[in-house]
Amino acid sequence: MLLIPCPFCGARDETEFVYGGDAGVERPRNPETTTDEAWTDYLCFRDNPQGMHRELWFHRDGCQRWITIERDTRTHELGAVRLSRS
Amino acid sequence: MQRYSIFSLLKGALSGHQDWEPAWRAPEPKSSYDIVIVGGGGHGLATAYYLARNHGISNIAVLERGWIGGGNTGRNTTIVRSNYLLPENQRFYEHSLKLWEGLSRDLNYNVMFSPRGVINVFHTDAQRDYWVRRHNGMRYAGIDAELLTRADLTRLVPALNLSPDLRHPIVGGVMQPRGGVARHDAVAWGYARAADALGVDIIQDCEVTGIDMQGGRVTGLQTSRGPIGAGRIGLAVAGHSSQLAQMAGIRLPIETHLLTATVSEPVKPFIDTVVSIAATHAYISQTDKGEVLIGGSLDGYNSWSQRGSPARLEDILSAASEYFPRISRLRQLRHWAGVMDMSMDGSPIIAKLPVDGLAMTGGWCYGGFKATPASGWCLAWTLANDAPHELNAPFSLERFRTGAMLNENGAGPVAAAH
Repeated sequence: MLLIPCPFCGARDETEFVYGGDAGVERPRNPETTTDEAWTDYLCFRDNPQGMHRELWFHRDGCQRWITIERDTRTHELGAVRLSRS
Repeated sequence: MQRYSIFSLLKGALSGHQDWEPAWRAPEPKSSYDIVIVGGGGHGLATAYYLARNHGISNIAVLERGWIGGGNTGRNTTIVRSNYLLPENQRFYEHSLKLWEGLSRDLNYNVMFSPRGVINVFHTDAQRDYWVRRHNGMRYAGIDAELLTRADLTRLVPALNLSPDLRHPIVGGVMQPRGGVARHDAVAWGYARAADALGVDIIQDCEVTGIDMQGGRVTGLQTSRGPIGAGRIGLAVAGHSSQLAQMAGIRLPIETHLLTATVSEPVKPFIDTVVSIAATHAYISQTDKGEVLIGGSLDGYNSWSQRGSPARLEDILSAASEYFPRISRLRQLRHWAGVMDMSMDGSPIIAKLPVDGLAMTGGWCYGGFKATPASGWCLAWTLANDAPHELNAPFSLERFRTGAMLNENGAGPVAAAH
């Protein structure tokens, strides 16, 4: 069980959150001018690192804010936690 | 290879079972091979076996980081079925099921394939429509499928709770009678023994740390037991597909997730089918040892920890005991989680990769066990012919760019949604 330290609500169970995946994935700013290649990379392709992973979580049952955390995908050890920029 | 039969068993009994040959050798790695398979689970060993048997290539090594069958092959819920809706999946998994049906004889090794029937129960009219459509699609493709009434379910699964007072009462079900379960370890051991007999070197305790390339073509591998040359390389490494592909500079549409399963103390037989509950996505069967084996959904985030969350375990067990009340006081012997290579459309990748001489099978999305024979069969074909067979051509890496995705659930490109 992950205990996620929400900046607003304190440490809460993972069951209160929704996982939002890799925080490094950025939606192309101008979809009309983006190449198919870049759009597919955004939609489907991931680094999937074994080790520290910067990822998004949404605190559904709490403050309802998106947060970005660093988590080791091998040990579940947590690193930096901060509010995601909107 | 020492053939197994009733006579060899009797002969073995007379000598107190002291004279059995090892089922496979433990060779030192040679300096190079025509083809090297990375991953000594069911898929990798099956690939080596079919390369040797179907394509006459025997200068092959299978490299395994731990021990063979010690990864997801030994950590799944052993279910075998071909009840898919998309024609590409139907053809592939039906080919796999047909290989399963002859596998014990083919390998001269009892993989204990038990076609006991795979049942899916549903709870609403909408779910009924979905499951009936899916099973009609199967019948249209020549795959066995049946619609079950509540009376059928009472007869086939007496232990199932059909009470109308449940939160999600069961209104009916569907069944693939030829589906079932197999002994997961035996599949790895059987393929290993048969491949070894055809000259394949199975090298355990050998971790791959790099892939050597020259001019856009693979030339060999760096391993914990030294460099090994390779004309072609096949990757069959399940949850670690991204890491191995990365060694060749390739990114994959895969995230690695946790999937929890649990097994109870053994009890007398009371479930002789596989039952999957749609409302909660728990699937239940009973092993030959009597243990109740239960699987469920993903934990939902990237992880290699191999330990599932207690919250997910509670979901699975509460669902299972709702529909099989008599298991509610069974003690759980152990629970574990596998590392699942979740692809972005929920279907696997069995394909050449964009480096010459390199191909993979992966992206199995916690459905890999049933695919073991056909996955190996198709990867062997792809490596031998340097081109995909028509069965695995749809499972390409390019489909994510061209848009020809194989999305059985109709869910978006989110790994945890499949």
